[in-house]
Amino acid sequence: MKLYNAMKTWMIAGLVAVVVTACATTQEEMIDGDGAPIDDQAQTGMVDDGSSGGADATGLDGADGGDGMAISDMDAFTMLQQTEGALANRTIYFEFDSAKLTSESIQILETHGSFVAGNGEVSVRLEGHADERGSREYNIALGDRRAQSVRRVLLFQGASADQVETVSYGEEEPAMQGHTEEAWSKNRRVELIYTVN
Amino acid sequence: MKQLITYLFAGLLWVMPVLAKAALTIEITGGVEGALPIAVVPFDTSRLSSKLPVDIAGIVASDLDRSGVLKSMERNRLPANPHFSNQVQYSRWRNAKQDYLVVGRVKEKSPGLYNIEFQLLDVLKQKQLVGRSMPAKKSNLRSRAHQISDFIYEQITGTRGAFNTRIAFVRAQKDAARKYVLQVADTDGFNAQNVLESDEPIMSPSWSPDGKSLAYVSFENERPEIFIQHLATARRSKVAGFRGLNSAPSWSPDGKFLALVLSKDGSPDIYTLNTATKRLKRLTTHRSIDTEPVWASDGRTIIFTSDRAGSPQLYRIDVGGGKPKRVTFEGRYNSAASLSPDGKFIAMVHGEQGQYKRAQFERETGILTVLTDSSLDESPSFSPNGKMVLYASTRGSSGFLYAVSIDGRAKHKLSDQAGDIREPVWGPFESK
Repeated sequence: MKLYNAMKTWMIAGLVAVVVTACATTQEEMIDGDGAPIDDQAQTGMVDDGSSGGADATGLDGADGGDGMAISDMDAFTMLQQTEGALANRTIYFEFDSAKLTSESIQILETHGSFVAGNGEVSVRLEGHADERGSREYNIALGDRRAQSVRRVLLFQGASADQVETVSYGEEEPAMQGHTEEAWSKNRRVELIYTVN
Repeated sequence: MKQLITYLFAGLLWVMPVLAKAALTIEITGGVEGALPIAVVPFDTSRLSSKLPVDIAGIVASDLDRSGVLKSMERNRLPANPHFSNQVQYSRWRNAKQDYLVVGRVKEKSPGLYNIEFQLLDVLKQKQLVGRSMPAKKSNLRSRAHQISDFIYEQITGTRGAFNTRIAFVRAQKDAARKYVLQVADTDGFNAQNVLESDEPIMSPSWSPDGKSLAYVSFENERPEIFIQHLATARRSKVAGFRGLNSAPSWSPDGKFLALVLSKDGSPDIYTLNTATKRLKRLTTHRSIDTEPVWASDGRTIIFTSDRAGSPQLYRIDVGGGKPKRVTFEGRYNSAASLSPDGKFIAMVHGEQGQYKRAQFERETGILTVLTDSSLDESPSFSPNGKMVLYASTRGSSGFLYAVSIDGRAKHKLSDQAGDIREPVWGPFESK
């Protein structure tokens, strides 16, 4: 899932680049200029040399989510590539017909919120989902509420409103097929999809 | 590069005027006890220059059967094969225990242009109840057959028939080139046409009251937005693309407004949109979920779903605004209202102990009747004459369409192999 999210970010970035390039050739250089730093960051990240990351390693203001890593030294993209810790946890689950966050979820989201707040180049899309029970319209509204619950925590931690986008898919895109409690519990969720601009 | 982009966008979305055909097949799953016996004799087509592409009497018989009010005689049991009322020996039909008899013939005016004549006869009174002659062409023969069903149904029951109307639904197909298709079809499932194809979800089709356009939600821009599409021309426009949720469009009876659900101001709330001036008016402000607006036929009240009392229940609100009044109290989950045309009944989804069943609520008495034995029912929608309800239900991994008479006597499945069918909505009467 984490990998998938990261890949999706890349795919979106790639698609945007292609589209914009085609629409206005004059912007081509600009896009290359925009696109390249992501690559660079990725590579500097791989080298595992925090200091060479450059511009955007603003730090996390102390909220390290308890994963014990010195993430404040890393750039945003590298941090998003970590496979452990709160930031790597990008799916928040919910009870049936509820948009309430558990205290565990709030803790995880506080780390995300601080991360977004501390990294202006990061934006996050919150995709709300519901299980299949009940009506589709109600479920898309429920997914919206769930995404809003998550958004509120991120904003409370200092993320700015234009860094956080919410979208609800309702019951249209289940994570797991099937009519069992197991599938339903996997499908009542908000996914955090990051983009590093 | 530009070509690549065109290709890319074409890959995401396909808007269609009138195209592909994918017939649904009908399976009658409910009993028809007490239905009135009617014999529909195959129409005379012997003098046509080429074979007629459709079996008019067959379509009529199948329509009448689905109503649950009438039961057509099997063809191989017909005691005679008359085409004119003066060829009918009533005693033979009385002995065959038929109350009604339909005879007819098709004449050709010029190649591809026809005249269909039929008569409905009362076997016991030995007289004609109605006779008609109607022009037809190859392309509208099915529609003409449904019109004949409407005449017969109205003559016998006193209620206007709704066979010659259209239904819309969303078909989701895993592993297909385009995953989501919005389709319209005849009420017997034939003549299905694609309205929109997309790789991203399509939801919530709603008919304009003139039957010429659909409003729907499309995720083609990776978020839910509301569009209106004119069916014949495929011309369409985005009418709501606000931040957050844009969902559940529902046309006002006069066609001038859309009720819709937006979350741009916080939580999902009901708004009305004047489609001409684009003026938005917010109707609900509660911080709970308010959704699924449907208009009463007088256009003055909107019924909607809200969880403001802790779980989803139906409420009504004046379109002028004001305080919503709660409509349903029984059970923990009542949603997805569809109002009968006379406003007396609400079809809805009723949840109890994890089961989501189609139910009917009588507004005057407050009596709620659960009408199904399945567990994942969705989206009930009344026929324009109020006599049938169309709904979707999940069986196994697929969603199927069902239509059931409101008395529950007759039920049929519009079945189909390809994909998961959902969110059916019954279109309006054609204007007379």
